[in-house]
Amino acid sequence: MTANAAQAAVSAATEYVLEVSGVIKTFPGVKALDEVSFDVKPGEVHALVGENGAGKSTLMKVLAGNYKPDGGTIRHMGEPVRHNNPLEAKERGILLIHQELSLVSELSVAENIYLGSMPLKSFGRVDWRMLNEKTNRVLKDMHCSFRASDIVGSLSIAKQQMVEIARADAFHCNVVIFDEPTASLTDQEKEALFETIRKLKAQDVGIVYISHKMSEIFEITDRITVLRDGKTQGTMNTADTDADDITHRMIGRSLDSYFERAESEPGDELLRVEGLTITGLIDDISFDIRAGEVVGMYGLVGAGRSEVAETIFGIRKPDAGTIFWRGQPQQITSPKAAMKLGIGLVPEDRKGQGLVLGMGGRDNTTLPLVNELNVFGFMQRGRETALFDKYKKSLQIRTTGPKQPVVNLSGGNQQKFVIAKWLATEPKLLILDEPTRGIDVGSKSEIHKLIARLAEEGLAVLVISSEMPEIMGISQRILTMCEGRLTGDFSHSDVTENKLLNAASPQD
Amino acid sequence: MKSVNSIDKSMAQDAPTRKSVVCTQHERFLGGSLLHWVGRNSIWVILIVCLIGFSFGSPYFFTVFNLSNILVQSAFIGFLSIGMTLIMINGGIDLTVGSTLALCACLAIGLQQYGLVVAITGALGAGLLLGFLNGIIVVKTGVHSFIVTLGGLIGIRGLVFVYTGENSLSATNMSFMNFGMISIGPVSLIAILFLVFIAFAQWALSRTRHGREAYAIGGNRQAAENAGVKVSRHIVINFMVSGLMAAVAGITMSTQMGAATPNLGTNYELWTIIAVVLGGTKLQGGAGALWGTLGGVLTLGVLRNGMNLMHVQPFYVLVLLGVVLILALIVDKQFNNE
Repeated sequence: MTANAAQAAVSAATEYVLEVSGVIKTFPGVKALDEVSFDVKPGEVHALVGENGAGKSTLMKVLAGNYKPDGGTIRHMGEPVRHNNPLEAKERGILLIHQELSLVSELSVAENIYLGSMPLKSFGRVDWRMLNEKTNRVLKDMHCSFRASDIVGSLSIAKQQMVEIARADAFHCNVVIFDEPTASLTDQEKEALFETIRKLKAQDVGIVYISHKMSEIFEITDRITVLRDGKTQGTMNTADTDADDITHRMIGRSLDSYFERAESEPGDELLRVEGLTITGLIDDISFDIRAGEVVGMYGLVGAGRSEVAETIFGIRKPDAGTIFWRGQPQQITSPKAAMKLGIGLVPEDRKGQGLVLGMGGRDNTTLPLVNELNVFGFMQRGRETALFDKYKKSLQIRTTGPKQPVVNLSGGNQQKFVIAKWLATEPKLLILDEPTRGIDVGSKSEIHKLIARLAEEGLAVLVISSEMPEIMGISQRILTMCEGRLTGDFSHSDVTENKLLNAASPQD
Repeated sequence: MKSVNSIDKSMAQDAPTRKSVVCTQHERFLGGSLLHWVGRNSIWVILIVCLIGFSFGSPYFFTVFNLSNILVQSAFIGFLSIGMTLIMINGGIDLTVGSTLALCACLAIGLQQYGLVVAITGALGAGLLLGFLNGIIVVKTGVHSFIVTLGGLIGIRGLVFVYTGENSLSATNMSFMNFGMISIGPVSLIAILFLVFIAFAQWALSRTRHGREAYAIGGNRQAAENAGVKVSRHIVINFMVSGLMAAVAGITMSTQMGAATPNLGTNYELWTIIAVVLGGTKLQGGAGALWGTLGGVLTLGVLRNGMNLMHVQPFYVLVLLGVVLILALIVDKQFNNE
């Protein structure tokens, strides 16, 4: 190496904490990363955006030491690095905050922060005093309200995330990678997280921020790098660009519009609830939904929205109140009874409640219909396949065939199968609980269009969402909930962000 | 966690409280603390109830002689349950313990013609080696330990028959046979050995890095790997501990009987799993403690002994033990779901 080159490396070290150049990673049959390059300055928040499958997670895992790159270089503080495992990366100063938090819920906060490198005394004994002291110092730095000895499983998701972030302080990391950090946070928790990110910034930590949410990207980041099909599609200053430009680069074409609202005229009243109450959860809820209408339900996490949906669907039993279906009072005592009336519920947790992940798309689609589709216990494969083909086509689901396990599909396609499954039961009212959570922009837009089309065909749709732009973009009418009560009923033509936020925030 | 406190009282205050998540939330209510102690240590409550019940049921039950007898009888399942607890906290299972016990017992006696040292080292070495093989196959192939050790259970039992040719072996070394008879006061040396081992293992589980990482691997293996825990090495070590404990159980059993039969330890893996599960260790891993396992082991011993003394017919003993197991787990679930 010449003296010049060495000097260049040193000066680069002062300018960038992390430089990725020409990184290649190939998996059998796929080039996941194709000469990806980007860099992070100290004290900068650098957004990494792209659709699912664009290579973001592979890149992250290369940076965090889970994968080894097949080509290209990664420089940390100007020095080329090649970590063999996440611990090496963390000890060098590069930390990944996982979306599905990488914590052991049975262990304490201190043990989780220092897992894999706990301070020891002789004979492999853990030095508890030192461990807890070090941890409490870190937690104090970060103004955390929990203690080193608290068991992680007893903390809220937001606090658990703080435990992961605390590792950055504990290991003196100067590069922190956030993977979809706000996916399961409420708005207030999100604000607290952004406060923490700003603090890290002030300490000259370089931050890589991965998210699907445009509003967040424009709120918190300084620069944006777009990935598509494993290739970099340019890096821009956040201030010099806008959401349309980013989206355009991400999907390689313009989205006609982000959101699409159903243009149907609402028909007859389908569902009416009066005074629905479950002590401690929901309080005196009354509203109605008509055929062909898209009603949005907005509120903070924990406002009781899912509980209302679950009560209508017969999962929960109301303490008081009545549910009317086509004007007739109904006792909906089980999901089965709800389905019989023509109500479908797509739950929030599609992996846990909506899909059997190991099963193929066909069997998932026809799961609620096993009683109708069998003759003396034998499934009618032909009819099942016909249904599968129908919904695969109408919902544009990308899958290799009826038997491909849904676990191998992207979040967007999984969500479409959950919807297909409920459409197969031919419901009159479909309740969608956070239908686009964790889904990339392209699929999101497809699901929005699907909702509009279904409503135009006469289906009543109740959409629960925590994303304000989504709710405002697709609903004809918006209900707001706060602390278990219904606090507003707006028509889409006279609603504003402020009105919604006021109605959804606790007043005291 | 009494055993821990007595060993290292000062440290225990710094250590995080080791309870299920549910308990820590409820702990704030002081009034519920006794109930929660009961919930966490339900097996000890069951044990005490059994002790009281059998004391009324039979005049021969609550005697020093009988209680120390129970302790010796429990020690063999007890040794096996130490390794089993560690592996189950990892989220695995070891079904080979009964067969390994038999092989090591036969080796401890069969190798005596080459001297006692060779016999004992040979038996311990065989246990370690079999544990190592189990562990290495589990981590290298990724096949679930249930399947790997199910194969081991059959294969090792086969080895025992190959080695003994279906014959029972008798000990020739007098000092070997005397070892099993040694007792300090009323308590047999074998029982003391078991108590020392289990206390040490509990200490290691709650105080050492290896112990803490055991919970991490069982609780969230991906997180443990991400944090840099050497998961494979850890799992292999625990299988070796299990193999070693099976060897110790085999050797001590053969000293006590002065002989070894190829059918020794049949179904012991099942009794061991029952004892560990009764003690509150979760089959899916991430939670458990040897303090509870000790309670499970003793409860099994007391139930068998007590029912014998009350002249319950042997086959009914099995039926009742099965019922007790299921009832105990239902009670445990009720407590911990609240």
